[in-house]
Amino acid sequence: MQARLSVVALSVAAVFALGACGQKEEPKPVAAPAAPIAKPEVLVKIGHVSPTTGPQAHLGKDNEYGAQLAIEELNAKGMEIGGTKVKFELLNEDDAADPKQGAIVAQKLVDAKVNGVIGHLNSGTTIPASKLYFDAGIPQISGSATNPKYTQQGFNTAFRVMANDVQQGKALGEFAAKQGVKNVAIVDDRTAYGQGLADEFKKAAEASGLKVVATEYTNDKATDFKAILTKIKSKKADLVFYGGMDAQGGPMAKQMKELGIKAKFLGGDGVCTPEFMKLGGEAAEGHFCSLPGMPLEKLAKGPEFRDRFSKKFGAEIQLYAPYVYDAVMVMADSMKRADSVEPIKYLPLIGKAKYDGVTALIEFDEFGDLKGGAISVYQYKGGKLEYVETLGGAAAPTVKSDVKEAVAEVKEAAKAVAGAATEAGKEAVKAGAEAVKNAAEATKAAVEKK
Amino acid sequence: MDIFLQQIINGLVQGSIYALVALGYTMVYGIMGLINFAHGEVVMIGTLVTISVVGLLVKLGVPLALAGVAGLLAAVAVCMALGWSLERIAYRPLRNAPRLTPLITAIGMSIILQNLAMMIWGRNYLTFPKLLPQVDFEFAGANFTAVQVIIVLVSALTMGGLLLLVYRTKLGMAMRATSQNLQVASLMGVNINRVIAAAFVIGSALGALAGVMVGTYYEIAHYQMGFMLGLKAFTAAVLGGIGNLAGAMLGGILLGLIEALGAGYIGDLTGGFLGSHYQDIFAFVVLIVVLMFKPSGLFGEKTGDRA
Amino acid sequence: MKKALSAPNLIIFGVLMFAFVVLQLGLFPGNYPMKLTILYLLALCALFGLGMSFRQHLAGKLLIAAVLVVLPFVSATAGQAWVRILDFAILYAFLALGLNIVVGLAGLLDLGYVAFYAVGAYTWALLASPHFGLHLPFWVILPTGALVACCFGVLLGSPTLKLRGDYLAIVTLGFGEIVRIFMNNLNAPINITNGPQGITLIDPVAIGGFKFSGATQIFGYTLSGPQKYYFLLLVLAILVVIINQRLQNSRIGRAWQAIREDEVAAKAVGINTRNLKLLAFAMGASFGGMAGGVFAAMQGFVSPESFSLNESIMILAMVVLGGMGHIPGVILGAVLLSILPEVLRYGVGPLQTQLFGKMLVDPESLRLLVFGLALVLVMRFKPAGLWPSPERQRELVEGRTEVKP
Repeated sequence: MQARLSVVALSVAAVFALGACGQKEEPKPVAAPAAPIAKPEVLVKIGHVSPTTGPQAHLGKDNEYGAQLAIEELNAKGMEIGGTKVKFELLNEDDAADPKQGAIVAQKLVDAKVNGVIGHLNSGTTIPASKLYFDAGIPQISGSATNPKYTQQGFNTAFRVMANDVQQGKALGEFAAKQGVKNVAIVDDRTAYGQGLADEFKKAAEASGLKVVATEYTNDKATDFKAILTKIKSKKADLVFYGGMDAQGGPMAKQMKELGIKAKFLGGDGVCTPEFMKLGGEAAEGHFCSLPGMPLEKLAKGPEFRDRFSKKFGAEIQLYAPYVYDAVMVMADSMKRADSVEPIKYLPLIGKAKYDGVTALIEFDEFGDLKGGAISVYQYKGGKLEYVETLGGAAAPTVKSDVKEAVAEVKEAAKAVAGAATEAGKEAVKAGAEAVKNAAEATKAAVEKK
Repeated sequence: MDIFLQQIINGLVQGSIYALVALGYTMVYGIMGLINFAHGEVVMIGTLVTISVVGLLVKLGVPLALAGVAGLLAAVAVCMALGWSLERIAYRPLRNAPRLTPLITAIGMSIILQNLAMMIWGRNYLTFPKLLPQVDFEFAGANFTAVQVIIVLVSALTMGGLLLLVYRTKLGMAMRATSQNLQVASLMGVNINRVIAAAFVIGSALGALAGVMVGTYYEIAHYQMGFMLGLKAFTAAVLGGIGNLAGAMLGGILLGLIEALGAGYIGDLTGGFLGSHYQDIFAFVVLIVVLMFKPSGLFGEKTGDRA
Repeated sequence: MKKALSAPNLIIFGVLMFAFVVLQLGLFPGNYPMKLTILYLLALCALFGLGMSFRQHLAGKLLIAAVLVVLPFVSATAGQAWVRILDFAILYAFLALGLNIVVGLAGLLDLGYVAFYAVGAYTWALLASPHFGLHLPFWVILPTGALVACCFGVLLGSPTLKLRGDYLAIVTLGFGEIVRIFMNNLNAPINITNGPQGITLIDPVAIGGFKFSGATQIFGYTLSGPQKYYFLLLVLAILVVIINQRLQNSRIGRAWQAIREDEVAAKAVGINTRNLKLLAFAMGASFGGMAGGVFAAMQGFVSPESFSLNESIMILAMVVLGGMGHIPGVILGAVLLSILPEVLRYGVGPLQTQLFGKMLVDPESLRLLVFGLALVLVMRFKPAGLWPSPERQRELVEGRTEVKP
């Protein structure tokens, strides 16, 4: 009984003590909000999410640097929106590449009433988070989530400044066909990114008359690829396509050499990094990879950006930093054009963006995907990425109209679904869903025609 | 046929690495009946220390071969100290605690070590210096390198050395006594604290050795590399019968072979229905099947109620 | 006496944890609404502890209930993110209670528990998303998910009946990985799970026309999505707690405990160990499946990466850290381990800037470091968990003088 009493006493005491504390602290909180109002500036909060812990932490930090650089440059330049000076503030969050944490940090950014969000890095976290941003009406631009689904959920807040897996896989397939190879082997790392890219590559390669002699798989934590490479060797492939990241791609190239495989190695943006060459060593020599957009060297602002980046952070660009940088810039540019930092006002103008960024001339299509989506192919030569050629880019306008029609159809169907859903007529929903499906297929067909 | 031989070589080398790491698990488990979940992290620290030491010495103008030896020694020393402190901090105070308690401290230590490594060595993947010259061999259509030969040899030698230690020395006798019965061993005058610490230190030294081998072979290192490796090695140790040294060795090699041959042939055998994406499953399926018929692993002694 | 003494544990811990944050935010101005919220939370925590200390009485129960009802509204003043964190805390409590049946009651070390969670989540995702075009109602899917997970539980249980201790641990771990790998790869030749791409646009929980996602107006109050899920989860969690409690004190529960203590002896006194072990797996699995279903609906997206081994380890850590086999302890463990990393996320950065004037160590790595340290320290000083069952604690004290085999 005594113990129980002491518990009561303790709790009561705790509550009172805290209440007292709370009152003592009261004046401070009141003073705090006054401070920002006193300043003539408007504070624009930009959320940025990437995994800065876990296996992809190196890329996450790189993204964060890209965003940070953009924000600092914007502030240094000084921007006026709606007649007042604005100050950008970056809110960095870590989602550890975990979808659950992705949703939590997204909610955190929504709570913080950010004006826009840059990120996330992975498609796996970007997709669940995009719903939260959409519900809150906050524009989101990802610099690295390449899963096509991200922009196909019908959320008008979702944009990306990076070619999606379909665009890139297709271009790579076409490139492979041009290299005069006949038999290709495909390896993917069973992540959303790797598998998506490899599947699109496979489609494109087969469409161009290449023979896929082996389809092998690894995972994003693996270090040993000899077993699958040996099998590929026995199938006599001339080219090995890898859908995955540099940390596996580098050692894979090395092990290909050790096994005496003479085939060329081709990969997407995930292996187009200094890291790949570091890890692959001499074995990286002569292999190919691709990056969305035009090469940094070819673009006016590219080399300069690289210098600024390495000077500021004392680190080399890993991968997506320039894209994230552009994402921030596009967002700021749209705010400026809308003359407002309110999401509801500047959101429609993101879709109309025409921004000459570091990575490309950024324009969005109906879905919020990067328009055109030029893909540049590079070759590793002497420890450097050497530009080979650019594929795609200015898409044929004829196809575009086809796609547009199909898109309109999808939109209508989606509307029908929405309408039906409110009536809660199950049959109608089913019919609507069917219509969406058909329309989506039409879109796909139209894209494939291209 | 050439692919079969090549796959055997691939599996053998990969298996030797698993075996080296598995020995560390089994040393500790055999004596205390405790899964040292942080062992994979010890391997990781071993690799990363070697990179730093070799990098530093080479910069100072020390020849690579010498720097490599120094790196190995430094890694072994650091890991031994680490193993000793792990035992002191996370395990010894909990010797009488419920069985799952040390498991959680081990997980905690593993998180701590990973994050410390991330702070020290950064988030990027690191390249491991080329300590051995690249020598390629070809035999009956199969390619292999000097490094691979050395890995297999080192793990065989280590295994032999350990067996000698356990069955021919006084410390080994004390270890076996402790593993049979802690209390009785201590009554017979065995300093069990010392024996257990020795098991940790030796296990960690093996971990460092494994770390250097992994580094030399794949030439890549990362602060998260220990987790998967530890998991696989642990599976290998259980497959062979945890607590049994020869079992760990054979379990490791078996696991390596299963993975290589599985990845190489499953696609053709099942007509493309299963592919190399199920590579990680084979090991577990074999494990489950083995344990169904031999509940204490292939070579494990029949344990009493550990639970 | 012992029981009353364990409640202050909760209070002290709660007070310490939140005081830690208050201290930081007190030093760190600018975050003023947060600070008030935390004070309220602290008060709630103390009230909750008070309620727990006489939970046998009606008044205590009412107090606890009141605190639980008010909680999401108080945390919402600091932001919906905190309500979401609370949701996950309850979800994990739910999972940990399920695992507690297997590990805590029956003493079967299961490192693959996340498999059942995954099975439940995927069952929901497949039956209520555009992937197959199915949109079944909530009361069909949730039991289906539990049932499917239950079947998986038996499937896992049956080959492992002979195994003990650590061998069982590694086999269950393998099982968890097998389930995950299959989900990651079953997009070809027939697309079932959509592979690594995951399944998007999953329906939220809806009862009639009442949807649990998005905000709704009730009696002039705006109830946000996470808040609605909070109450749903709370109801489910209370159900699980009641089932757990009933089980623990039933014939079955006693038989499980007998198996846990000594399987051979249990068999000798006529307990059907085989069926009971299977039952433990099945029961635990169904709870996991149910939690998975709610998770899928709450997230609107599932992909295999949510069901990694780390998740299993986390859930096990919750059970052990809180106090194996003791329901309030397990809940405490789950709530602490799911909230602590988030508290650290908010706290570590500002504290550093305050103490040293600048960021010395990257807050993200420090966050996990502190987390790991907390695991080690708690286990070091409270080896039976933070809030062990009284019997267990007694055993431990007596066990010290006993000869260990």
